[in-house]
Amino acid sequence: MLEFFPAFLKAFLVGGLLCAIGQLLIDFTKFTPARILTGYVVTGVFLGGIGLYPKLVEFAGAGASVPLLGFGNLLAKGVRDAIDQQGFLGIFTGGFTAAAGGIAAALFFSLLAALLFKPKEKN
Amino acid sequence: MELTPQTYSQLVKEASPPSPHAKNISMAFFIGGGICVLGQAFIYLYMGLGVPKETASGMASITLVLLAVILTGLNTYDRIAKVAGAGTLVPITGFANSMSAAALDFKSEGFILGLGAKMFIIAGPVIVYGISASILYGFVYWLLGQL
Amino acid sequence: MATRKGRYTIWMEDPPSIISSACVGGKMEQEGPLGNIFDLIERDSYFGQESWEKAESKMQSLAVHKALEKAGLEGDAVDCAFAGDLLNQCISSTYGLRGMGIPLVGLFGACSTMAESLAVASVFLEAGAISRGVCCTSSHFCTAERQFRYPLEYGGQRPPTAQWTATASGAALLAKGEQSPFVRAVTIGTIEDLGVTDANNMGAAMAPAAAMTLEHFFNDTQTKPEDFDLMVTGDLGRVGSTLLRQLLLERGYNLEHRQTDCGMMLYNPQEQDVHSGGSGCGCAASVLCGHLIPLLRAQKLRHILFMATGALMSPTVVQQGESIASIAHLIYLSSEKSGGPLSC
Repeated sequence: MLEFFPAFLKAFLVGGLLCAIGQLLIDFTKFTPARILTGYVVTGVFLGGIGLYPKLVEFAGAGASVPLLGFGNLLAKGVRDAIDQQGFLGIFTGGFTAAAGGIAAALFFSLLAALLFKPKEKN
Repeated sequence: MELTPQTYSQLVKEASPPSPHAKNISMAFFIGGGICVLGQAFIYLYMGLGVPKETASGMASITLVLLAVILTGLNTYDRIAKVAGAGTLVPITGFANSMSAAALDFKSEGFILGLGAKMFIIAGPVIVYGISASILYGFVYWLLGQL
Repeated sequence: MATRKGRYTIWMEDPPSIISSACVGGKMEQEGPLGNIFDLIERDSYFGQESWEKAESKMQSLAVHKALEKAGLEGDAVDCAFAGDLLNQCISSTYGLRGMGIPLVGLFGACSTMAESLAVASVFLEAGAISRGVCCTSSHFCTAERQFRYPLEYGGQRPPTAQWTATASGAALLAKGEQSPFVRAVTIGTIEDLGVTDANNMGAAMAPAAAMTLEHFFNDTQTKPEDFDLMVTGDLGRVGSTLLRQLLLERGYNLEHRQTDCGMMLYNPQEQDVHSGGSGCGCAASVLCGHLIPLLRAQKLRHILFMATGALMSPTVVQQGESIASIAHLIYLSSEKSGGPLSC
C-alpha cells in the first residue's frame, strides 16, 4: 500500500485545494452553487484546451479528474480526439462522447434512486 | 441619517453575522480532498483488475457518481454537504447529487414532466455551458488544424 | 363600526373577540422552546399524506378543525374563512379547507398573512358582514424549500442569515362577544423595499417594512413603545430584529426589551440549526395562536402589538434581478375590550 501513498497525498492536496477555492467563492461572492459548478466546467474546458489541465491530471490523478474542472478537461480532450479522427464533425460529437459516461450514469442512477427512495425533511 | 438602499445595505452588513469562513474552508478542503482520495483508490482498484489507466479513471468517476446517488437516496448526502460545502459540491459527486436530489423531489409531479424534465434543474446549465464551451474550443482547434 | 385613525390605522369600536385558537406543528417545532404550545404535533413531515403539499393542506385542515372543536362549533357556524399560505395560488388553504363548506377569502401576504387575515376578518366583523370568522395560515419547511430554494436532498449550505421555514399552522376563531382577547386596532402595511436582493437574508429585507408600520401605528394613535407590554414581530429572525430596533431607534423609538420575534421564540438557536430563526406563515401563526393568545386570555399580557412581516417576492422576479419588496401588518391585541393606552 505504501507505494501508493504519494499519489494519494497529491490527490488529496490538489482535490482539497480545488474544493477550498469553491468554498471561497461561496463564502465571499454571491455566486450560487449552480453558477460555481458551471464556472468550474467552463474553466476546465479552457484549461484543458490550453493544455494546462492534462498536466495537473498527470500530477494529481483523481485530485484533478474528480472535481468538475476535470469534467471540463474531459470535454476538451473529447473534442480534440474527435476532430483528430473525424475532422469538422468532431467539434459537435466530441464533447458529448467524452461526457457520456458521467452524464448517462448520473441520470440513470438518479432515475433508479427516484424509484427506490423518497425525499425526507432535513435534520 | 437618510435611509437609502446604500446606507441600509451598510447597516445590513453590520447586522449580519459572517459565515464561519475558516471552518467552512478547511472542511471543504478535507472532505473534498477525501473524495478525491477515494476516487484515486478506485482508480488503483480498477487498474489492479487489469483495466487501462484512462478507462479506470472514467470508471472511478462513475463509481463516485453511484455512491453519491445512493447517499442522496438515503438522505445522507445533504447532511454531509451541510458541513462540507464546496467539498461535496465541486467533485463529480456534487453533480450527481444535484441530479438525483431533483429526481427524487420532483417524482411527486409525475415521471415525465416531474422527474424527467426537472432532473436537470440544477445540473442542466453545467451541461449546456460545458458542451457549448467545448464546441467553441473545438472550432478553434479545428481552425488551427486547417492552417 | 371600524373607523379610520390617522393615515394607516383602523380602529375597532366594538373590538372583535378571539374566541378560540389552535395550532399544529412538526418535529422541529415540538423540540423547540415552545414545543408544548401545540394542540397537535405530527413528527412525520408528510402528515400521513403522499406529498408535502398535501401535508401542508392537512395541517390547515387540522388547525381549523381543532379551533372549531375548542369553541364547541361546527364548520357551518362560521360565516367566512380568511386563509393563506406561501405556496403558489395559496393551494394549502384551498385544499386544506376544501370540503368544509366555509366561504373562503384567500389571502396572500407571504409570512405576514396571519396578521393580514386577522385584520380583514376584524373589519368584516365590525362591518356586520359576518358574525363568526376563522383565520388560518400555514407553512411547511419542505414545500417552501421546493418552491423557493432547492430540492430537499440537494446538498447546499445556508449562510447564518438564512431562516428556517416552520412546519406549522395556526387558526383563530373571531366573533362578537366579551371573551378576551380582543382585536382593538389594525394597521395595514405599506410596501417597503430598501434594495435587499439576498434571498438568504429575508430578515434584513423585511425589517424596513416592520419599522415603517410600527412608526405609522405610533403616529396614528399617538402612542409609544412603552405603552405596550410586548411588540412581537412575525419572523424577522435575529438579523431582522436587530435591524428593526436600529431603524426605530434612529426615528426616536426605543424597543429594547419590549420587542421579541416569533422566529426567535419558536426554536432554540443554540441547539437547533435554524441560523437566524424561524420563518413562514405558520411560524407567526402558531406562536400567536398557541402562545400569545392564551397569555392574553390569562391576563399575563395586557396590550401587545403583533406584527407579521412578509417578503412579497417570487423566485421568478428574484431571478430577474428584482429586489425583495416586503410588507408588515400590525394587530393591536388586548386582554381588555376597552381602556389601555389607546382609549379614545
